[in-house]
Amino acid sequence: MTAAAAERSPTLLCRDCLGWFPKRSLESCLSCGSPRLIQHDELSGLTIAHIDCDAFYASVEKRDDPSLAEKPVIVGGGQRGVVSAACYIARIDGVHSAMPMFKALEACPNAVVIRPDMRKYTAVGHEVRTLMREATPLVQPISIDEAFLDLTGTERLHKAPPAETLARLVARIQEEIGITASIGLSYNKFLAKVASDIDKPRGFSVIGRAEAMTFLAPRPTTVIWGVGKSLHRKLLNDGLRTVADLQAIDEVELVRRYGTMGTRLARFSKGVDDRQVELTSKAKSVSNETTFKTDLTSAEQLIPALWRLCESVSASLKHKHISGQVVTLKLKTADFRSLTRRTNLAAPTQLADTLFRTALALLERELDGRRYRLLGVAVSELGEERDADPLDLADPDAGRRKKAEQAIDQVREKLGRSAIKKGRGFGTVIRPQSSRRPHHPRR
Amino acid sequence: MKFTIDRAALLRPLGHVQSVVERRNTIPILANVLLKAGNGRLSLTATDMDMDIVESVDCNVNGDGTLTVPAHTLYDIIRKLPDGSEVSLEATGEAGRVSVTAGRSSFTLPALPADEFPAMSGEDLPHRFSMAAADTKSMIDRTRFAISNEETRYYLNGIYLHATEANDVAVMRAVATDGHRLARVEMPLPDGAAGMPAVIIPRKAINEIHKLIENTEGEVSIALSDSKLCFAFGDTVLTTKLIDGTFPDYERVIPSGNDKTLMVNCKIFANAVDRVATISTEKSRSVKLQMNEGILVLSASSPESGTAREELEVSYSAEPIEIGFNSRYLLDIANQIEGEGIIFSLADAASPTIVRDQDDDSSLYVLMPMRV
Repeated sequence: MTAAAAERSPTLLCRDCLGWFPKRSLESCLSCGSPRLIQHDELSGLTIAHIDCDAFYASVEKRDDPSLAEKPVIVGGGQRGVVSAACYIARIDGVHSAMPMFKALEACPNAVVIRPDMRKYTAVGHEVRTLMREATPLVQPISIDEAFLDLTGTERLHKAPPAETLARLVARIQEEIGITASIGLSYNKFLAKVASDIDKPRGFSVIGRAEAMTFLAPRPTTVIWGVGKSLHRKLLNDGLRTVADLQAIDEVELVRRYGTMGTRLARFSKGVDDRQVELTSKAKSVSNETTFKTDLTSAEQLIPALWRLCESVSASLKHKHISGQVVTLKLKTADFRSLTRRTNLAAPTQLADTLFRTALALLERELDGRRYRLLGVAVSELGEERDADPLDLADPDAGRRKKAEQAIDQVREKLGRSAIKKGRGFGTVIRPQSSRRPHHPRR
Repeated sequence: MKFTIDRAALLRPLGHVQSVVERRNTIPILANVLLKAGNGRLSLTATDMDMDIVESVDCNVNGDGTLTVPAHTLYDIIRKLPDGSEVSLEATGEAGRVSVTAGRSSFTLPALPADEFPAMSGEDLPHRFSMAAADTKSMIDRTRFAISNEETRYYLNGIYLHATEANDVAVMRAVATDGHRLARVEMPLPDGAAGMPAVIIPRKAINEIHKLIENTEGEVSIALSDSKLCFAFGDTVLTTKLIDGTFPDYERVIPSGNDKTLMVNCKIFANAVDRVATISTEKSRSVKLQMNEGILVLSASSPESGTAREELEVSYSAEPIEIGFNSRYLLDIANQIEGEGIIFSLADAASPTIVRDQDDDSSLYVLMPMRV
């Protein structure tokens, strides 16, 4: 857009009546009186958005039970679980997601705790996604309740700039689905995501090209996607506290110090991100994990839990019509040490039985009296369903077990998940040969 | 203890035993070779606790005794000495030191007391028989490529050796499989092997045995129990633990009703597969075989590297069929076929295929197809 065109294009949008106004400082909308105005010089030229539902699980629960509206609501698992979502009332007391439940309840004793109902949230998430896709076909879901949208070229279709289409979209989400969402609008994914986080809930924040550098400068380096705990510590050690500190360093130097991550630090710190909004952000792995009510240590306790996890991961693989070739076992000890162990399978699988046999062999090596608070199973190196579980010359019974599992799946499809269960799930432990390796420690 | 020996005479047995020693050891003495001098002989022993090799050789003993020195270091020293050197090894006055001298070179190595060296328990091995070294080598060659690396199914990490009957003849069979291919080789049952337990010999022992009998002729003697196997050849004795597991019931996966027969010249086939596989993706290495009356078309394609196609004249008269295989697996098998022709017995694109040597019934290979 030329400077002259920018001068002419409207820069002020009312989020309620969707009216546009030329640049002017206004307290409230001239036509409807709403104070919810967005003003930005680049407002009609920005096309990449990040939409994030506000306290998603908690919002869905409040929608379904109006009596919760004014109460602090926490969605999450039992005594040992963590907070999956906290409504904004609970957040006032300092509750946040991923916080251990007991701490959350200390901070907010009168909170209403609700067990997560993933099936319901998934359904609502899909409704939200459907509305998003009406705004643009280029929707890249990041999780159940957030997505990137590329609205480039949708002006003609909607006869409105992306900002207006987005404002209309969140209004529809609120009206038709009954939950609220926040928008970040910018010229790339990184900044759109940063923006959506600025003004939650029901936010609409804009970061334009003109101010991207100065906007990012004072922020901590953790604002950059990919800067986690350990890199953050490393950066602090090197005297790099804010994005401004990164902006001051040459890309070559950052690459020398931090490898490939250096490129990202250099570019993102200057507001440059070339990643496209992609239609499918393909999952790299399928996993499930469980935190126990009390720490577990014995095979008899852990194996039934392992079987249930394998069944659930297998069910996801089957549901998505995919298979995986690498099985990873995850454990967290009572003193919060995480460990993962992985095995490469001879062929991709989809079967709970195969996952279980493989994961069990990994688990048994770690059963040495240590106490575990968490157990998880993940499958990666995902591939197509038709490559899964081919005939195995070394396992003449594999075909029979595969048929048995398919029969169980069919019964469950008709009669429900609990219609038929394996003894393994209850604690009857019959171990396959593969896991009974006589232990020869390396000497 | 002191002895002198010709470099070449020491290098050979040392080369054999040192390869048992693991490069990384948590127990220091396992990195050492045990040297025993006496009666004009030197005996060398190395172990990794799962197997050991003992080899002896003539030498000039100037003082009986036993000690242990780092195996790889000693091997490297002897290897680098000029041919024809006379090596002498002596326990120095200083405790824990051994000197190695040859011509103007001299070395001092740390030694560990011999009584700390772990000995494999010498249990009774009730089943004893002997085999021609050439037969042993051929059995290993034709099966070991199919041994699995999969850690979880440790019972596939070796060759399954057992006595059985084929067409009312007593045979000894060696079988290996990794789930994708299976190799089965048999030979007439040696005298004394009847009643032997079925055993799984670990890959490392197989490879060491193969090294020992490479380029040699003569007989090897084998003694075994259900947990240990002892292999003796010339001045060398290799003892290995056996894999404690149950080998799958492989007979059940060998198809019997494959009715489509393809016969092809082995060399021509192998060369064509190798050429076409240039294009196969690194990951799958798949090639497609399309058979039609008298014609086999080999082809491969990958999005990155293009396409390849080659036509061979073959003997095939069943209905047309299309099937994919891992090219490396095809070549592994073709490399072991000594006759002029390979016979494929096929059922369909999703079922196991049998591969045989046209001139030799003693080996049989089963290959799982790939989707192409």
